[in-house]
Amino acid sequence: MSLLELKDVSKIYGDLHALDKINLKVDTGEWVAIMGPSGSGKSTMMNIIGCMDKPTSGEVLLDGVDISRESAKSLTRIRRDKIGLIFQQFHLVNYLTAVENVMMAQYYHSVPDEKEALRALARVGLADRAKHLPSQLSGGEQQRVCIARALINYPELLLADEPTGNLDEANENVVLDIFSQLHKEGTTLVVVTHDPEVAEVAQRTVTLGHGKIISDKLNEGFKE
Amino acid sequence: MFFRMIRGAFTRQRGKMLMIALTIALGASLATAMLNVMFDVGDKVAQELKTYGANITVVPKAASVLDNLYEVEGGDAAEGAYLREDELGKIKTIFWAFNIVDYAPFIDTDASLADGREVNVVGTWFNHYMALPTGETLNTGVQNLRTWWDITEGRWLDESQPDDANACMVGASVAAAAGIRAGDSIRLQGPRAGTTLTVVGVYDSGDSADDQIYAPLAQVQKLSNTAGCVSSIEVSALTTPDNELALRAAKDPKSLSASQYETWYCTAYVSSICFQIQEVITDAVASPVRQVADSEGAIMEKTQLLMILITILALVGSGLGISNLVTASVMERSNEIGLMKAIGANDRAITGLVLTEIVIVGIVGAVIGYFAGFGFAQIIGHSVFGSAIEMKAMVIPIVAVLVVVVTLVGSIPAVRTLLRLDPTVVLHGR
Repeated sequence: MSLLELKDVSKIYGDLHALDKINLKVDTGEWVAIMGPSGSGKSTMMNIIGCMDKPTSGEVLLDGVDISRESAKSLTRIRRDKIGLIFQQFHLVNYLTAVENVMMAQYYHSVPDEKEALRALARVGLADRAKHLPSQLSGGEQQRVCIARALINYPELLLADEPTGNLDEANENVVLDIFSQLHKEGTTLVVVTHDPEVAEVAQRTVTLGHGKIISDKLNEGFKE
Repeated sequence: MFFRMIRGAFTRQRGKMLMIALTIALGASLATAMLNVMFDVGDKVAQELKTYGANITVVPKAASVLDNLYEVEGGDAAEGAYLREDELGKIKTIFWAFNIVDYAPFIDTDASLADGREVNVVGTWFNHYMALPTGETLNTGVQNLRTWWDITEGRWLDESQPDDANACMVGASVAAAAGIRAGDSIRLQGPRAGTTLTVVGVYDSGDSADDQIYAPLAQVQKLSNTAGCVSSIEVSALTTPDNELALRAAKDPKSLSASQYETWYCTAYVSSICFQIQEVITDAVASPVRQVADSEGAIMEKTQLLMILITILALVGSGLGISNLVTASVMERSNEIGLMKAIGANDRAITGLVLTEIVIVGIVGAVIGYFAGFGFAQIIGHSVFGSAIEMKAMVIPIVAVLVVVVTLVGSIPAVRTLLRLDPTVVLHGR
């Protein structure tokens, strides 16, 4: 069953077609990597899927709801309830500790629960760094806090934008291992990346070029 | 979580928050200092103006009628019309008693010196000690009312010294013409009696008083056989500049309605103080010395207007400063706000967080600023007026409201921008 479906989605800025009649389906529990060079439309697609932007035309069905027709207020609610976001720059609040950064997502979703936030940090291997400020954490640790924050509200879709773009190889592997574990647990992942190694570990790679889907293939190990 | 976020912002960004609070404190201190000075400047300027002498004269009704009839101001008392010396203390019992700064009775007579030279002798108080019916004490007299006199020889006559009961002060012109010096004894022969007085000082007044001799009231009463009588009283009072109501009342207090009368009576207009003096001194007419009263009113009005304008400018200036700083500090947090939006914060939650922080910083800044401003006001008071500026309670709510309003109004553009903020722009840097 499709969790996410894009039907003839276009995003046009003046004469520029950032996305040009894209059709894409992502099933529940699937791990999809979206690849492409700069300007191919990856981030535009991520913003539309992440309810932070609307397409110029076409439909975007998330869990059966066409989010391209929703108001900004509804999009905020959908983003809060259904999507977990992971950013390349981590975007942690610098005056809140790791656990407080996770709890902030709970606060805007429902009710903050410190024990649950600590469990989420433990899940990404940061139980002992919970009371540290972002400035006291390494890049890889900050990204793991970001992942814990994205997971805390049990989103239906985990959306990651260049999640390993600012990490060294060791930390990149840690993050990819976490993604792999999440995938095994049934989490739906859409990872935007320009890194072929990151795309390869996903179940499926969709490659964009000039706003169009150039290729859409299952990766080795996931082919039936 | 809300309070953890607020606490986190304050404890872990202490330096930044303190800087904002100090800037708000600077604006608040300016507002506090200027408002305190503005509210007190009227009294301070009025006190300063008292050095220019009396602003009310009290004369017997009969003398006033003659003055009006012949359109002569400050003329001599009509023959045989006097005020009662024993009623002088009552002037400090009127409703506006505390506004009566100084006063002195006067009686004068012509007398001749030993060489036959005619001279006008004025009897008055110099630094007269009074035990008032209210239990208070007062030292009043020409020493306070003639502050511009230059004592060229000797000293002021001091009523507290028993020897000075038979002393006098001689005007510079008389002293020069008659060759009188401080320490000399002079013989004065009045219309009814004669007396010998010791000259304790020679003064240069720059006016007609240089042709006179000033002696204790009792001595002149003896010369003219007018014991217990005074011909005029000069009063120096702190007054409020006249307005239309005061001018109407000055013409005829009966033309006022009951509430207008009450307002007028309970305001320190020169006309209402004159009216109250007339109520306690028998057969007296108290009238403002128009040149002095009008000048005082004009100077005070202009001073207060100037202070109001400076205060408004200071407030606008500090308001703009606070507003800019708040806007800048809020805009610095666009990344954080963009993130909050991205993870599901709605407009109300973001506005609540930002405004709560701003209000807390504003309150801290206002408290620091209030006390600093009060200190600044004292510096202004001591350096300009030589006395402390009174702490006005009404300044506290004004400054509090001002800081909150300026801070909140100053944050509106920033908050509006934050609410319009596109999370994709800040999170992806485009």
